[in-house]
Amino acid sequence: MSDTVKAPEPQLIQGATGDWEIVLGLEIHAQVVSNAKLFSGAATEFGAEPNTQVSLVDAAMPGMLPVINEVVVEQAVRTGLGLKAQINNYSVFDRKNYFYPDLPQGYQISQFSQPIVGEGIVHVELADGSVREVGVERLHLEQDAGKSVHDLHPQQTYVDLNRSGVALMEIVSKPDMRSAEEAAAYVRKIRSILRYLGTCDGNMEQGSMRADVNVSVRKPGDDLGTRAEIKNVNSLRFIQQAIDYEAQRQVDIIEDGGAIKQETRLFDAGSGTTRAMRSKEEAHDYRYFPDPDLLPLEFDDAFVARIKADLPELPDDKMDRFQAELGLSHYDAGVLVAEREIADYFEVVANGRDAKIAANWVSGNLFGLLNKDGTAITDSPVTAEQLGGLLDLMADGTISGKIAKDVFEDMFATGKDAATIVDEKGLKQVSDTGAIETMVDEVMAANQDKVEEYRGGKDKLMGFFVGQVMKASKGQANPGVVNQILKNKLSG
Amino acid sequence: MSTLTDLTLAQARDKLKSREISSRELTEAHIVAMEDARDLNAFITETPEHALTMADAADARIKDEQNGDKIGPIEGIPVAIKDLYCTEGVQTTAASHILEGFKPQYESTVTANMWKAGGVMLGKTNLDEFAMGSSNETSYFGNVISPWRRTDDNAGQIVPGGSSGGSASAVAARIAIAATGTDTGGSIRQPASFVGIVGMKPTYGRCSRWGIVAFASSLDQPGPMTRTVRDSAILLQAMAGHDPKDSTSVNQPLPDFEAALTGDIKGLKIGIPREYRMDGMASEIDDLWKQGVKWLEDAGATCVEISLPHTKYALPAYYIVAPAEASSNLARYDGVRYGLRVDGDSLEEMYEATRGEGFGDEVQRRVLIGTYVLSAGYYDAYYLKAQKVRTRIAEDFRNAFEQVDAILTPTAPSAAFAAGEKGDDPIAMYLNDIFTVPASMAGLPGISVPAGLSADGLPLGLQVLGNAFDEETVFRVGSVLEQAAAFDARPAKWWGDKS
Repeated sequence: MSDTVKAPEPQLIQGATGDWEIVLGLEIHAQVVSNAKLFSGAATEFGAEPNTQVSLVDAAMPGMLPVINEVVVEQAVRTGLGLKAQINNYSVFDRKNYFYPDLPQGYQISQFSQPIVGEGIVHVELADGSVREVGVERLHLEQDAGKSVHDLHPQQTYVDLNRSGVALMEIVSKPDMRSAEEAAAYVRKIRSILRYLGTCDGNMEQGSMRADVNVSVRKPGDDLGTRAEIKNVNSLRFIQQAIDYEAQRQVDIIEDGGAIKQETRLFDAGSGTTRAMRSKEEAHDYRYFPDPDLLPLEFDDAFVARIKADLPELPDDKMDRFQAELGLSHYDAGVLVAEREIADYFEVVANGRDAKIAANWVSGNLFGLLNKDGTAITDSPVTAEQLGGLLDLMADGTISGKIAKDVFEDMFATGKDAATIVDEKGLKQVSDTGAIETMVDEVMAANQDKVEEYRGGKDKLMGFFVGQVMKASKGQANPGVVNQILKNKLSG
Repeated sequence: MSTLTDLTLAQARDKLKSREISSRELTEAHIVAMEDARDLNAFITETPEHALTMADAADARIKDEQNGDKIGPIEGIPVAIKDLYCTEGVQTTAASHILEGFKPQYESTVTANMWKAGGVMLGKTNLDEFAMGSSNETSYFGNVISPWRRTDDNAGQIVPGGSSGGSASAVAARIAIAATGTDTGGSIRQPASFVGIVGMKPTYGRCSRWGIVAFASSLDQPGPMTRTVRDSAILLQAMAGHDPKDSTSVNQPLPDFEAALTGDIKGLKIGIPREYRMDGMASEIDDLWKQGVKWLEDAGATCVEISLPHTKYALPAYYIVAPAEASSNLARYDGVRYGLRVDGDSLEEMYEATRGEGFGDEVQRRVLIGTYVLSAGYYDAYYLKAQKVRTRIAEDFRNAFEQVDAILTPTAPSAAFAAGEKGDDPIAMYLNDIFTVPASMAGLPGISVPAGLSADGLPLGLQVLGNAFDEETVFRVGSVLEQAAAFDARPAKWWGDKS
């Protein structure tokens, strides 16, 4: 980022024995945008009837073999490039062996020692404008498992294999974050980058993005403490709650003379607490080994270069450009680049127009109505082109800013163009001095007493006259022209 | 009728083409033979109706002269399929209780290729459970019996070798003209040697593994089992080819294997690996090997001693790599989606009961070994080490094939043995694969050709190994051996209808 910025202050926990620092690392599982699964041709659409998107490979029928989906490989490379990370032209798929009913093969195909993407860097900005550089350790491809459904029958578990074999990218951060806010901002930033790249839809509610959070505490300056891993947290709010709870729990244990166990924990959204799932001693021995059904994944530099040439402008670069070229404030630029759809919308509105006004209308009036309506910008009833049309009517003096706000509300409600509404409702601003002079004369004639008072020195009555004229013009008179004519006639 | 079952694949093919015989009569003769030979227990599932339908379709294609060019290379030939190949709508068991009754909704690529080539399926042959065994004594569906008996013991049952024992017995007993096998460490070549037929393991990647129940993915390779080398070449032609559904299948042009049988090996250099001469090896094996050298030299080849220094590590490394992969490949048989399920009070109990009842002793032994060698703390010492050995073995062969065109060895260290003879000693059983395993570890093609009889009247095979994707040389040298050996012994019929 071009700004020179300071790193955030660590979030400290005040304990009985002094301050504690929280150390956080995240593993984000992001479902790859692709029509087919990682190793089979089955579809990946969310919300389909159970077990309707399952190929013979996904169900692990005897003799079935995995074949890599090249689209997914491209998406992983694209994501690696977006994270400014090392792309590994040679990587290996391994089997992670364990038994579970929603894991048909009895192993998950993943990448263990040789992932497709290596180290990268992400800049994470906090509310106070400070910026943390978070290291990405690696990104690897792996299969998702199916879903076990325990609540349909008192004794039995049902299995839905629609997700079985869906391609996931696991993005592993370094233990570089020091507060729950940073962790949430990091997830938000990764989500934004993936959505810009079109490699993950980032939908946490539907589970297409979820995070495992590694939490440890230490006295500032000490070595890393023992960490607990909180599995499968699926919202930004839960991530922050889980971290706050878990860090405090660890501080309490250590200060009570206990020791932190390296273990896997679950976050319970109901109580906002975490509880142990399994400890390291009972942890699975996954018996990783290279999958003999698959050759090592290899591609050449030209493959990477082709993807690189197609990369969209990413949020950090867009942010810089909005400030440097469009003159937006750091804050406005940040709001507008957070989501690719917002940035795209804004750029259409701003094209050939005053960027600051465009920014104000998008982040002010438009967001106001969208939020009130609970509508996403992609479903906005007012298109970017239509909003641009409204700004044009203001710029050429056809309507005033005040009228524009009303017109915009109409546009939002009806989906009509600004010009259509202005025409239909006769809202065109009157700047014709002859017409305004007539209105001024009428208002003065009807209010002789007030004219005398004004002339007697009661200047404040100017506002009254302007209001009356505007009212007479149904708000369409150009306020500047009205002021000028009133001043001349009243003083005459 | 009996003469029809004596036809080789090549002979039957020519008689079918000239319409001297029909596929229906040929198939019927083999169905009669199959039903008559149930004492051998060579089949888990017989599919006579299926066979007759396919035979009639073949006859129709042959009859329709306008379609003459659409007649497949094995049009109308009745063949048996190892019950490791998934066959659509026909029970596929891998000789395991855990898959009993399983009917796939799909056809393996290799069998689909064969049906496209006109083949007729007689049934699914017995094998060692999940192809784990060298004597066909581990099948849930009972032992396969070899049609052969020792000259001095007319009653003693002999094993056909394994794991493709049912296919071996079926071809040797003239039940099927040809059969498919799969070879992981010798499962085609060793049984071929034990019953006096030709067994060919192609280069790894030559045939698709898609739809074949996996034992050890990096080693498994389908191949033909026939009574002549020519038949082997014809059947491999129908089985092989690149398959995008198998990532390890190789996209290489398929040569005309039958055309490679020129009978001319003048000037070829044949390697004789000194490490294959083992202490305590039966002298009749060594003698046959020397005889093989002489046959090849008489035909104009030059035999030279070569060294494959890591040979002695091949078997131990194989018995780490293969079980490791098997332990993972067999994890899918968990009672959840298909096959056997034995209920329990918890998920763990269901898994334990299902797999405990579903898998036999040898399969459980290998799953345990495989799980152990992949475990944290043992992986480096066993699995990783075995993979390094594997690399060395492949290098040995690479170096050798810089000097020679093919390698000649015995196929197995002994003739077939009696049922139950080695049942208590897995290590003695594993030693059966000592000459076949190294080429499996290197992914190289090999053929076993019947070359003589042991002192007690049982067949002995010689093995020809070739460079990767050079099956043509393997077939050419194999056919020269076959002609020189002129092996025409056949088992005396003791089973079924003796009239």
